[in-house]
Amino acid sequence: MGRDQVAVRGFGAPAILTGMDDIIAISGVSKTYASGFVALEGVDLTIRRGEIFALLGPNGAGKTTLISIVCGIVRATSGRVTVDGHDIVRDWRAARSLIGLVPQELTTDAFESVWNTVSFTRGLFGLRAKPAHIESVLRALSLWDKKDSRVMTLSGGMKRRLLIAKALAHEPRILFLDEPTAGVDVDLRHDMWQLVSRLRQEGVTVILTTHYIEEAEEMADRVGVINKGELVLVRNKADLLHELGSKRLSLRLRSPLARVPEALAGWRLELSSDGSELTCLYDAKDVRDGVGGFLERVREAGIEFTDLSTTESSLEDIFVSLVRGRN
Amino acid sequence: MNIEAVRAIYMFEMARARRTVTQTIVSPVISTSLYFVVFGAAIGSRIQSVGGIGYGSFIVPGLVMLSLLAQSISNASFGIYFPRFTGTIYEVLSAPVSPLEIVLGYAGAAASKSIILGIIILATAGIFVPLHVEHPVWMLAFLVLTAATFSLFGFIIGIWADGFEKLQIVPLLIVTPLTFLGGSFYSINMLPPPWRTVALFNPVVYLISGFRWSFYGMADVNVAVSLGMTAVFLALALLIVAWIFRTGYRLKA
Repeated sequence: MGRDQVAVRGFGAPAILTGMDDIIAISGVSKTYASGFVALEGVDLTIRRGEIFALLGPNGAGKTTLISIVCGIVRATSGRVTVDGHDIVRDWRAARSLIGLVPQELTTDAFESVWNTVSFTRGLFGLRAKPAHIESVLRALSLWDKKDSRVMTLSGGMKRRLLIAKALAHEPRILFLDEPTAGVDVDLRHDMWQLVSRLRQEGVTVILTTHYIEEAEEMADRVGVINKGELVLVRNKADLLHELGSKRLSLRLRSPLARVPEALAGWRLELSSDGSELTCLYDAKDVRDGVGGFLERVREAGIEFTDLSTTESSLEDIFVSLVRGRN
Repeated sequence: MNIEAVRAIYMFEMARARRTVTQTIVSPVISTSLYFVVFGAAIGSRIQSVGGIGYGSFIVPGLVMLSLLAQSISNASFGIYFPRFTGTIYEVLSAPVSPLEIVLGYAGAAASKSIILGIIILATAGIFVPLHVEHPVWMLAFLVLTAATFSLFGFIIGIWADGFEKLQIVPLLIVTPLTFLGGSFYSINMLPPPWRTVALFNPVVYLISGFRWSFYGMADVNVAVSLGMTAVFLALALLIVAWIFRTGYRLKA
C-alpha cells in the first residue's frame, strides 16, 4: 500500500484502496437494469478532493447512472462506492450529507416560491434554516430578485440556476452537475463556468457530465471518458491533450503538386485535391524531428510555399476518436 | 433521526394543503353538508331512530369516516405521486433521509390534514344535528389511527400508481363502495343474516363501528374487535411500506 493510501473496508466487502486526497472511490461498480440493459460494467474511478472532474460520454453511455449510484438514487448491481471514506450503502447518511446534485432534467416544484424550495432542500439535509446562506446562494446565482416568485414563472435558464441553488443549499463538499449547461445560452454558460471555478476555490469537489466538450476543456482538471458502460480512460486534461492529441501543419504551395514527393516518404502527409495544399499530421508528443525537420525536408525537396498554418486537435477530436474507435 | 427533514417534508405538504384549501377542506365540507341535508333532513326525518339514536346523529360517524378515508388516501397518494411524476423525488432519495422519515413526513402530513378535516366535519355536523361523544379519548384514538392507517395506504397507492388515473381507481372503486356498504348510513344489524355475514368481510365495518361506539356507546361489532382490526390494517400498511423501501419498488432502479 502506498504511503498516501488507506484501506476502506466494509463488513465482508473487498477493501478499496483510496489515496488520502481521494474523496470518492468507485470500485468495480456494475449496473444491470431490470430490463436486462447493462448500464455500467466494472467501473473503477477515484475522484480527488477539490478537483473538477469531467465525465464525458455519448448518450446512454452510463454517466447519469454512475452519478445516480453515488448519490443513492440508483442501486448498483455490484461494486462499492465510498464518499470521503463513508460507504454509500452502510454509512449512507454521512455519505449523502456531503453531496449536492444538480440533475439533468429541469425538475422543480412548479407551485413553490424560489425561497421555499431552496429552504426545503436544506431541511432535507437535516440543517436548520440559515437565511444568510440561502440569500448568498441566490445572490450568487442572480436569483435574489426572484426569491418570492413561483418556480413556474421562471425561465428555463433561471430554473437551471435554481437547481444549482438547491444543490448548494446545504453547503455540500461535493457537487455533481449532470449536464449543467444543456439548453442554456452562452452568457449563462459562462456564468456557470465562473461559479464552478469559485466553488473549486472554496474547496468543493465538482464532478460534471457534459456533452459540451468545450466545457470540459475549459474547466476540468481531469477527464474521464465513458462509453457503453465502460470507463475508457481517465487522464489529466493536459496530459490527455498531449498524449492523444495530434497536430496538423498545412503549407500553401507556390506551385501545385501532382503527388506527394518521394523525398517526404515516412511523414503522414495529405495533398489537397487541387495539389495546392500539403498537410503534415504528427503526434503532439512526437519530437522526432519536430516541425523544423519537416520544413527542412520540404526545402530540400525544392518545394516552395507561400504560407503555413498549424492546428492541434481539441478534446472533442480526441473524444470522438476514442468513442468511434470503441464503437 | 433527521428531524429537520421530517419537518421540511411535513411543512412542505401542509403548505400544499393551504394552497389547495378549496379542494382539501371546502369541497369535502360542502359534500358532507349535502349528505346531512339529503339523508339527515329529507330522508332522515322519515326514519325515527336507529338503536335509539336520531338518524341524523347516527350517520355522523359514518360520514366523518367516509371523508377521513377518502381524504387520507387522496392526500397521501398525491403527496408522494406528484414528486415522482415531476421528478423532484430525486432530492428526497438523494438526501440523508431514511424511509421512516420519508413516511413520517408525507403520511404524517396527510393524516394531519385528514384529522383537521374530520374535526371540521364534526363541527359542521353539530350545526345540523345534536352531537354527543360518549368516549372522546377513544373517538380521538380511532380518528388518529384510521387517518394514519389510510394515509399509509394512500402512500402505497402513490408509489404503485404510474398515472393519475390509478390514483383515483382505489379510492373510487374500492374505498368509497366499501365505506357506503360498511354501515355509514345504516347498522349492519339491519341487514338480513346472510348479508350481515358478508358485511363482516368488509374491513370498513370495523372502523365505522368502533368510531360510532365512541360517540354513542353502540356498535355493530365488539369495540375490541374494531380496535384490533384497525391495528391489523395499520400493521399491514407498515409491512407493505417497509417492503417498498427494502426493494426500492418504483422508487429506485
